[in-house]
Amino acid sequence: MAEPHISVKNLVKKFGDFTAVADVSFDVPAGSIFAFLGPNGAGKTTTIKMLTTLVHPTSGSILVDGFDPTKNANAVRHSFGIVFQDPSLDDELTAYENMFLHAGLYGVPRGETAGRIKELLHFVELWDRKDSLVKTFSGGMKRRLEIARGLLHTPAILFLDEPTVGLDPQTRNHIWEYLKKLNKDRGLTIFFTTHYMDEVERVADHVVLIDHGKVIARGTVGEIKSQAGNTVTLEDAFIKLTGHAIRDEEAGAVDQLRQRARAWGRR
Amino acid sequence: MMTDTLYKIYILWLRQIKRYFRSRSRLIGSLGQPILFLVALGYGLGPTFAKAGQGNYIQFLAPGVIAMSILFTAIFSGIEIIWDRQFGFLKETMVAPVSRFTIMFGRSLGGATVASFQGVVVFLIAMIAGFRPELGLLLPAALFMILIAMVFTALGTAIASMLEDMQGFQLIMNFVVMPVFFLSGALFPLDGVPTAIRYVLYANPLFYGVDGLRGALSGLSHFSLWTDAGVLVAVSILFVGIGAWLFSRIEV
Repeated sequence: MAEPHISVKNLVKKFGDFTAVADVSFDVPAGSIFAFLGPNGAGKTTTIKMLTTLVHPTSGSILVDGFDPTKNANAVRHSFGIVFQDPSLDDELTAYENMFLHAGLYGVPRGETAGRIKELLHFVELWDRKDSLVKTFSGGMKRRLEIARGLLHTPAILFLDEPTVGLDPQTRNHIWEYLKKLNKDRGLTIFFTTHYMDEVERVADHVVLIDHGKVIARGTVGEIKSQAGNTVTLEDAFIKLTGHAIRDEEAGAVDQLRQRARAWGRR
Repeated sequence: MMTDTLYKIYILWLRQIKRYFRSRSRLIGSLGQPILFLVALGYGLGPTFAKAGQGNYIQFLAPGVIAMSILFTAIFSGIEIIWDRQFGFLKETMVAPVSRFTIMFGRSLGGATVASFQGVVVFLIAMIAGFRPELGLLLPAALFMILIAMVFTALGTAIASMLEDMQGFQLIMNFVVMPVFFLSGALFPLDGVPTAIRYVLYANPLFYGVDGLRGALSGLSHFSLWTDAGVLVAVSILFVGIGAWLFSRIEV
C-alpha cells in the first residue's frame, strides 16, 4: 500500500452535547479513489470540514498531504481542491471570472493563470461558455466548472461532497469520466462522498463506511460486501450494515449557529 | 508575501466592483431615494428653512443626502456577506489560503469604493437640483465620502457576520440604519435641539461624516474638519477591527 495521503486518527467532533464524529480513523492511500460513505447524519460532512480546515476537531489527529489542518491551515489549503455539496460559485460572475478569482486567491503565478484556466475549461468542455454568467448554467455545468476550479491550483487531493447529487445519469457518467481521467493521468487522490452506490462500485478503490460518527466497515467494495454477508450489490451491504431506519439530515453549521443563538436568548 | 496579500485584496475588491456595476437595477434603484429626498425635502421644506433665517436649504441638505446614499450603499455592501453565505460562495473564500482579515478587508474596500462612487453620483444629481458646492475643498470632501463608506461597510460586515439569513435585515434597517441616518444631522441643523438629542448625535459616527462633508462642500460645520476626520479615522479603524474579528468567527 502506498504512503497515505490523508491520515486520520481517533477523530472526534462535538458540538455542545451533540457528538457528530465519535471516533474515526482511516488512511487514504495516495493516488486512490476513496469513497467515504454513510447515511445522512453519520458525520461525513463534518469530517470533510475538519479535513479541509473549516472546522476544528475536538480531539484526534489529522494529516492532509503531510500537514496538520489545525496547525498549518494554509499548507493544507494549498494541497486540496474541493467541490462542496451545494454550489459555491459566484452566480453574478462569468465562468472565466470565477476561475480568475480562484487563481488570485490561491496565488497561482499570474503568468500561468490564463493558460491553466483555458486548459481546464477545455477539459470540462466549458471553454465556449467562458464569458457567460454562471447563473445561466445548468446544474451539471456548474458542477463541471467547480471541478475545473478545484483543480486550478494543481492540488494533490480533490474532495468531492456528493458531486453528482441531482444530476441525470448522462451528466453523472460524464463527470466520473473526467474524475477517473484525472486520477489516472495525474495521480490525483480523490476523496468523495455519495449516496449512489453504483458509482462507488464502478470507481472506488477503497471504501470507508461510517455511521453514528464511527467507522463500521472498511476495505474494497468486495471486502465490504463480504463483511455484510456476501450481498449482491453494495447498496444491499450498505443497508444491511446501517439498518433500515430513515435518518434526519445532519445539522449544518448554520443550524448549529441557530441553536446556539437560541440557547443564548434563553439565558 | 506582502505583494501577494495586496493582490488578493485587489482580487476581492475587483469582485465587489464587478458585481455592483453588473446589477444595473441596484445601481439605478439606489438613486431613487436620494432624488426623492432632494426634491421633496429640498423644494418642499426649502422655503420654510429660508424663512426661519437658516439660508438656502439645498446647500444644507445636499451633503446630508450624499452621506445618506453612501450610508445605505455601504451597509448593504457589508450585508451582502449573508447572500454569499446563502449562495455558498462564502465557503469558496473560507477554504482558500487567505487570512480571514484579508478576505474581510478586501471586500470591505470594494464595498466602500462602490459606496463612494454612489456618493459622487448623488453629488452630481444634487448639483442638477441646484446645489452649488464650494469647489476649493473637493478633495477633503472626497476623503469624507471614503471615510463614511469605510466605517459603514465595516459595520455592515460586522452585523452580517452575526446574522445567518436576510430575515434580520428589516431589523437592521429599522434599528440601526434609520436611527443612524435621522440622528446624524443630515436633515436638520443642530441649533436648538435638546441637549439629550445633541449627545446622541455626538455619539453617531455619521454625524461627523455629515458635518465634515457639509463643512467641505457648503462651509457649514460644528467641528473643524480635522476633528471630524480624526473621529472618522478612529471609528473606521475600530469598526474594521470589530468586523474582522466577528468575520473570523463565522462558521460555514
